[in-house]
Amino acid sequence: MEVSPPPSSRRLDKTVESFMVWVLRAGGWASVLVTFGIVLTLVTESWPFFREVPLIRLFQDTMWTPLFAQPQYGIGALLAGTLVTTGVALLVAIPLGTILAIYLSEFAEPKFRDWVKPMLELLSAVPTVVYGYFALLTLTPILQKIFPDLPQFSMLSAGLIMGVMIVPYVTSLGEDAMRSVPMLLREGAFALGDGKLGVAVRVVFPGAFSGLAAAYVLAISRAVGETMIVAIAAGLQPKMTFNPLESAATVTAFIVQVSLGDLPHGSIGYQSIFAAGAVLFLMTLGFNLAGHVLRKRFHRAT
Amino acid sequence: MSYERDFTVRPEPYQKQQEGRAHRRGTIDRNFRRLGFLLTLATLGILGILLLNLAMNGLARIDWQFMSSFPSRRAGEAGILSAWVGTLLLMLVTASAAIPFGVAAGIYLEEYASKNRWTDFVEINIANLAGVPSILYGLMALGLFVYQFRFGQSLLAGGLALGCLVLPIVIVATRESLRTIPSSIREAAFALGATKWQAVWHHLLPYSTGGIATGVILAMSRAIGESAPLITIGALTFIAFLPPAPLISHAPFVSGEWLFSPFTALPIQMFNWVSRPGEEFQSNAAAAGLILMVITLSMNAAAILLRRRAQRNITW
Amino acid sequence: MSLPPVPQPSAGSETTTSDAPAAIKVQIQGLNFFYGNHQVLRSISMDVPALQVTALIGPSGCGKTTLLRCMNRMHDLYPGNRYEGAIRVQPDGTDIIAPEVDPIQVRMRFGMVFQKPNPFPKSIYENVAYGLRLQGVNQRRELDEKVEKALREAALWDEAKNRLHQMAHNLSGGQQQRLCIARAIATDPDVVLFDEPTSALDPIATSKIEELIVELKKRVTVMIVTHNLQQAGRISDMTAFMYLGELIEFGETNRMFTNPAKPQTEDYISGRFG
Repeated sequence: MEVSPPPSSRRLDKTVESFMVWVLRAGGWASVLVTFGIVLTLVTESWPFFREVPLIRLFQDTMWTPLFAQPQYGIGALLAGTLVTTGVALLVAIPLGTILAIYLSEFAEPKFRDWVKPMLELLSAVPTVVYGYFALLTLTPILQKIFPDLPQFSMLSAGLIMGVMIVPYVTSLGEDAMRSVPMLLREGAFALGDGKLGVAVRVVFPGAFSGLAAAYVLAISRAVGETMIVAIAAGLQPKMTFNPLESAATVTAFIVQVSLGDLPHGSIGYQSIFAAGAVLFLMTLGFNLAGHVLRKRFHRAT
Repeated sequence: MSYERDFTVRPEPYQKQQEGRAHRRGTIDRNFRRLGFLLTLATLGILGILLLNLAMNGLARIDWQFMSSFPSRRAGEAGILSAWVGTLLLMLVTASAAIPFGVAAGIYLEEYASKNRWTDFVEINIANLAGVPSILYGLMALGLFVYQFRFGQSLLAGGLALGCLVLPIVIVATRESLRTIPSSIREAAFALGATKWQAVWHHLLPYSTGGIATGVILAMSRAIGESAPLITIGALTFIAFLPPAPLISHAPFVSGEWLFSPFTALPIQMFNWVSRPGEEFQSNAAAAGLILMVITLSMNAAAILLRRRAQRNITW
Repeated sequence: MSLPPVPQPSAGSETTTSDAPAAIKVQIQGLNFFYGNHQVLRSISMDVPALQVTALIGPSGCGKTTLLRCMNRMHDLYPGNRYEGAIRVQPDGTDIIAPEVDPIQVRMRFGMVFQKPNPFPKSIYENVAYGLRLQGVNQRRELDEKVEKALREAALWDEAKNRLHQMAHNLSGGQQQRLCIARAIATDPDVVLFDEPTSALDPIATSKIEELIVELKKRVTVMIVTHNLQQAGRISDMTAFMYLGELIEFGETNRMFTNPAKPQTEDYISGRFG
């Protein structure tokens, strides 16, 4: 019997098929175009800046004052702010996040974990401007009781809150990694008489290390790129200092600070934020790629 | 290594020693369990403190006047009308950019693309894109949308910036949710003579709506709370008017004029108030923050519940 | 070592023994199949008789499922596949693996039932109607009729008629597999391909499916891959024994099981390997 459908409908199917392939492929292209757009904009708009400012000055100058009459271009002043706030955040997020990951993966009841994990993830869903508000108006006054000299804007306060924000990145990814360590490995160590924490530290942690490392690296990338918390609570003045009790601007806070003012297209201020953005992009790109590679490696290993 | 112990030699107090070790391990484990539990509660507690803090400072400010007033130099008269309308319209632009492109990209990468260097590149690209700081999307929008495409500091430019920002979230959610559909379902459709697109349209998409919807909600909740990219394109201005209405009284009854209107949004308005001195402005900020928190947290809760339900309902 | 792409149809091949009955439905002629550089099927030639059950047996990895999936071009879904030779469907003699032939039209002529029941997460009715809709049947009455007919033929009508619009996943495993059979036969295919259809089912459900397959051959040609020699013996008219991608022996089931011509067949059937 001949069951082929009427050829016209089949032809229509084929047309729809090839049309949809193009539509879907366009979607796939969109993600590439966004990256391309970011890179292109950063390069073209900061080009005049880098043509005017020799690269060496970025490292020689000790101050970042591109808008002054006698400008200084020491990007180190901004990087110091980013480094200190990120460092403070990691001092919170890595120990806390790792302990929570170990606890949730190795100790907690599965039911408890299934509820707690998404709730912890809410911490990274809080709008960052709310965190900034909290750091500036609630945490800083409390910290000022401990450090009486703490200024209204401080990298300590911003960094601590940023640490809370990135805890879920460490915990969630870290817990996923630890839980995918095969039970057999744990049983081997349990059979030798080791305790739960011993197994977690001596067997699970090393077994999941590249997965955990990916979690740390992605958390670092988050902290480096975080903007609103530092812009609100850490201060907007670039300053070459490594003291978390002082106020200083990060790379991101500088971009915000300049954007808040009047920003004519092509002005030196306009160019300088794209230069700062390019530096930021390169830093986070490095961390993101490292995180991606570590994660891939971990998934292949398990 | 500590495991390389010589078990053949058993000194007299060996038994006792072992018992002591085992006991100590039990104590360590119990203590760690307690520590982990307390830290979990404490960390979750921060969320509670945050909400409580905002509620104590801002709840009293939330009333009809606050919702229906424009920002003002006098804190007591100021409100968030232009801010929430702006946020609503922004989300309209963001969703209509991110959802179609994100879902299409997810389908393409998961169902159509063959494994080669190009798709590897796209994969890495998406992983990186998901980690690009939000402010860089703002810089891109400033250079590209505001100036190059001459959209101005408009809802269109802001919405597109946020759309690009959440695109990876939608792509990843779409792919993950397609991946949970077993290949036997695809084969069943193909064996009946479905084309690839028919398999996608009749089966794969309907069966993955739960997962995609979860991703879309998470994406929108992320976009609602974002302020950095909007500040970068210059949205932080005093907006005491509403954009032109999208629906008009004469043909063709819809108007795109609002797309090119300047705007403000909730997080921007909140940032503005946070950075002003004076307790009254700060309670305005708390009120705006409370509204933002309630919106984003309930969207996240909805996403969690949706994901649970989708996982429960479909067993392949 | 590979045969010329399309050998003379009349020449047949030496493994096509004379005990095959008259009407031929599918002629497989010098079929080679490759995944990338790996040759999975080696010059397979056999004539599948119409309106009979032909079983494909052999140890795991012998290529029997691969052969079955050549019949409806399922390999086309995955990259790196390459066919050589011909598979001709009678009476029109179309070579369904010819590159210019649309695999989708091939699949519309060859129904398939899989190892595990794989109903769509839709209603029972929609599962059966789906293939019909793909072929352009949209009239409600026609759909209703054909769905009922298919469900009756799959011996599922009595159990399903009061719950046609409930989700297919509420059915038991055996019922789901019968639903998948109904789905495959609803469009009146020329041939129905079964890929170990009972490997996921309990003995009672299995015997129901077996009865059904024997019933089905009244109106459709059946090819079935099975691991279960007893099953092949119970339900098939013809049996093909494959080993390492080659067709070792093909003949009437009774003769194959009682008096195999090749030593490998005898070893396999008597349980000495596989």
